[in-house]
Amino acid sequence: MLCKDLVIIGGGPAGLAAALEAAEQGVKDVMIVERDSGLGGILQQCIHNGFGLHVFKEELTGPEYAQKFIDKLENTGVEVLLDTMVIEITPDKRIFAVNSRIGVLEIQSKAVILAMGCRERTRGALNIPGFRPAGIFTAGTAQRYVNIEGYMPGKEIVILGSGDIGLIMARRFTLEGAKVKCVLEIMPYSNGLTRNVVQCLEDYGIPLRLSHTVIDIHGKKRVEGVTVAKVDENLKPILSTAEFIPCDTLLLSVGLIPENELTKMTGADFDASTQGPMVNQRMETSCEGIFACGNVLHVHDLVDFVTMEARLAARGAAQYLKEKDGSCRGTKVIAGEGLRYVLPHAVCVEKMLDEKLNFFMRSTRPMNKAKLVIESENGIVKTKMLSYLKPSEMINIELKKSEIEKAEGHLKFILQEEGVLQ
Amino acid sequence: MSDKRNVTCIICPVGCRIEVELENEDILNLSGYRCKRGLQYAKDEVTSPKRILTTTVRLKARSAHVLPVRTRAPIPRSCMKDAMKELKSVFVCPPVKMGDVVLKDVAGTGVDVIASRSWTE
Amino acid sequence: MYDVVVIGGGVTGCMIARELSRYDIRVILLEKEEDVACGTSKANSAVIHAGFDAKPGTWKAKMNVRGNALFPGICAELDVPYKNNGSLVVAVDEGEIKVLDKLMNQGKENGVPGLKIIGHDELMKMEPNLNPAAKAALYASTAGIVCPYEFTVALAENAAQNDVEFRFNSPVMEIMVQNDGFIIKTPHGAVKARFVINAAGLFSDEISKMAGAEEYTITPRKGEYLIFDKNFGHLVKRVIFPTPSEKSKGILVCPTVDGNVFIGPNSNDIKDKTDVGVTREGIEEIIEGGKKLVPHLPLSGVITSFAGLRAVSNTNDFIIEASRKVKGFVNVGGIQSPGLTSAPAIAETVIEILKEEGMDLIEKPGFVPTRPRKYRFREMDNAMRQKLIEENPAFGHVICRCETVTEAEIVDAIKRPLGAKSLDGVKRRTRAGMGRCQGGFCSSRVLSILARELKLDPRQITKCGPGSEILKGGYKEFIAEGDENKFLNAQDVESLSWKGGEASVM
Repeated sequence: MLCKDLVIIGGGPAGLAAALEAAEQGVKDVMIVERDSGLGGILQQCIHNGFGLHVFKEELTGPEYAQKFIDKLENTGVEVLLDTMVIEITPDKRIFAVNSRIGVLEIQSKAVILAMGCRERTRGALNIPGFRPAGIFTAGTAQRYVNIEGYMPGKEIVILGSGDIGLIMARRFTLEGAKVKCVLEIMPYSNGLTRNVVQCLEDYGIPLRLSHTVIDIHGKKRVEGVTVAKVDENLKPILSTAEFIPCDTLLLSVGLIPENELTKMTGADFDASTQGPMVNQRMETSCEGIFACGNVLHVHDLVDFVTMEARLAARGAAQYLKEKDGSCRGTKVIAGEGLRYVLPHAVCVEKMLDEKLNFFMRSTRPMNKAKLVIESENGIVKTKMLSYLKPSEMINIELKKSEIEKAEGHLKFILQEEGVLQ
Repeated sequence: MSDKRNVTCIICPVGCRIEVELENEDILNLSGYRCKRGLQYAKDEVTSPKRILTTTVRLKARSAHVLPVRTRAPIPRSCMKDAMKELKSVFVCPPVKMGDVVLKDVAGTGVDVIASRSWTE
Repeated sequence: MYDVVVIGGGVTGCMIARELSRYDIRVILLEKEEDVACGTSKANSAVIHAGFDAKPGTWKAKMNVRGNALFPGICAELDVPYKNNGSLVVAVDEGEIKVLDKLMNQGKENGVPGLKIIGHDELMKMEPNLNPAAKAALYASTAGIVCPYEFTVALAENAAQNDVEFRFNSPVMEIMVQNDGFIIKTPHGAVKARFVINAAGLFSDEISKMAGAEEYTITPRKGEYLIFDKNFGHLVKRVIFPTPSEKSKGILVCPTVDGNVFIGPNSNDIKDKTDVGVTREGIEEIIEGGKKLVPHLPLSGVITSFAGLRAVSNTNDFIIEASRKVKGFVNVGGIQSPGLTSAPAIAETVIEILKEEGMDLIEKPGFVPTRPRKYRFREMDNAMRQKLIEENPAFGHVICRCETVTEAEIVDAIKRPLGAKSLDGVKRRTRAGMGRCQGGFCSSRVLSILARELKLDPRQITKCGPGSEILKGGYKEFIAEGDENKFLNAQDVESLSWKGGEASVM
């Protein structure tokens, strides 16, 4: 059995940043366990630019963003175990993993950072009727075929869902000579970043059809077309608007789900809204010494925030290794009206790593103008006016340690929509 | 005769729809913007829209067949198609380092195409 | 000249082929798809029924009870997952309780052991997630669940090992009746045989007509299903039926041997025998039906939906008989539920029919009753895993993370007798792609392994046979060539190597 101070599960953006930060904090004996044959995770297939504006103050592609971390990792002494799949983790931080070289590895770690990322929602989760032919891909799977394997999974494509990967793939397929017929979005607003709508769709004249969805998939062997329809306010298809669109491929970009099968084995508490574990101010789950960061915790829209969160988790792990203190929960954080969730879920003021703390949250719906109110049992802690909110763009607010200290009982975040501004 | 074009600003999350009135190539009027940065963005978008092109080229490596690449600087949007055609026949053999030039002066833009990641074997 | 040709590679055809492989005769099985278990046998409730549903004296009743008794033994012999978890028919009002009594008596008449009526309290203890309005249930201790496609594949593998020939992508186009047998034409050549066994499922009526044998009709009756994530595998332990209607056993809530739970099927007669599309109304119908049994269904945990077609004959019973019009032609048609359970008994019956029809069946000494060992990495302990990885490092390479399927298992699925040729073939043999991400992670990796092992271009790899290729084009295939191509072509560039920081493209 191997013994480690810190094991990081996953060598994508979260795992890489956590490993570097842990090494910087002086944690010895750090190991990254990565299932793929190289580091970087999903960034390696995200060959488009737009990464790094916050962390590096320059615009990088996914592989470049990853490469910067990989290059830095070389001299840190962090051990990297590639081609290795973690198959089990126990609440007392014992990890079982398999690879071809060693077989079954058993690792006892003093602290663990979970950085497994997320997976894509599939057709099954949407209950799209129709046949089950070849030619239905999640956007990320199609991205891997094109950008990693070098094959074209489709020539005439309809994309369901305006998530960022779908928008990016619309452009990618068009550049590679395929025809993207349209992007359908069931909501009345796009789920991707505005810049992606402009640069991936408008640049190439690809129609974005809001309040539309796929109601049938045709073709028994390979996709031959889809029937699409407009939806009403309750997102129910209006059958009289049904329209057949011939295509050979249906791409799904309908959301991401944190990959928490290992986390569940630790018995950590979960947030039903993020589908990830509940964490405190240092990204520690309710299971002592087990931390989480990146998309395994909640799905991010910018990798830069993943990096920042991973650094926080690494500093938390370093603090835990030094002080051997348990998972203190302290003040409870509550997502109130107008918000889907707020992270972290609890703050232990005494253990705060800095004099301030960032809270991340998502609104339940688009709002032009809204007042964010943070209250505790003894009154309002802070308010802030926010404008142009979209559920797809994360809200970030900083609270001072002194502000949190004063709060009694809990911190409740509420988003109150103000009069429509135009 | 004047012509109207709509530009969605991507500078910040507001996403202003800016209307640009043009005559031939000259801007007559701009409306709908909320800040100076948006104004400049809209001007650039209608006169010379540029983008960074990100794509792949063939990699002759043992464990991979595709290398991600990008233009070092934005190139005119109108050159994208030609750039893709040129890159179709580009092959690279490892070792390659991130930032290495893969193709000089793509599609006559004067901009080089560079590797987006390193590959050793 | 073959002694027997079996038409159809579903569970019925494969079970018959496997039983025939015990004897010293030449047998061939023709299948129109690229693999066995591509029709009704892959999309059904996977329940081994106890046998109380069918009317006494029918083929269904006889075959069901006998098949149920034979099932555990065959599964053990062929290493197919089978679980004897019992079934419950749930009654929610007085009227339905009366139906339970009737079913129990019918079951007793059919010879079903282990039946009893259970009251509300005991029922809720057995299945805590059940609708609290449930008043009573008929419990059948002999009911169970199996993996129907793995069962069919195992039968086919074992038949192949014992020298039954299989010909795929071979729909029967014409049957010529001759004095000494039959000539059966397929796109891959003709087959001559003394006996024909028609196990063509939904198409058995057409095959019978082709041979000039008795006429009957098969109506496809669609059943739709939703499958839940394994995280909700504890929802129910037993097969849960509502009180049945005239037409079907109703919408079940049921565990699978692999640890999932499903709801379905509904029951709708349709016209097209290939229409396995799921419908919006169908999904709503099964959700509504499922909720009557288990009110709190984890609908956010649905991982996929599918539909299967039951082959319903106009007699509403199985048709298992030698033709009186065409000597040597045996019909095995209308095998709808409980067809899976009945398969072992149907095969026994067909052997008897062949003997009566004058076939000499002499057991051959070399018959092997087991199939090559099947490894299931996810079910092993770590010591066993370690041992296997030492023997074959490919066991250390997990390809499907949701179902923990290793490269070694995928390669084995391809190289076994009647090995997998497509993504679906691999999926049915290993479960790679059947988990919560539905192949999002592993399908491109499985595709590469298939291409490597079958020595094919990745573009030739299909989901389920010709016409279902996964990839549409190769590298930059859809980009039109530039006319003023100032670059060297591929061959010239290949010989150049990378020099310093400059690319070797010019």
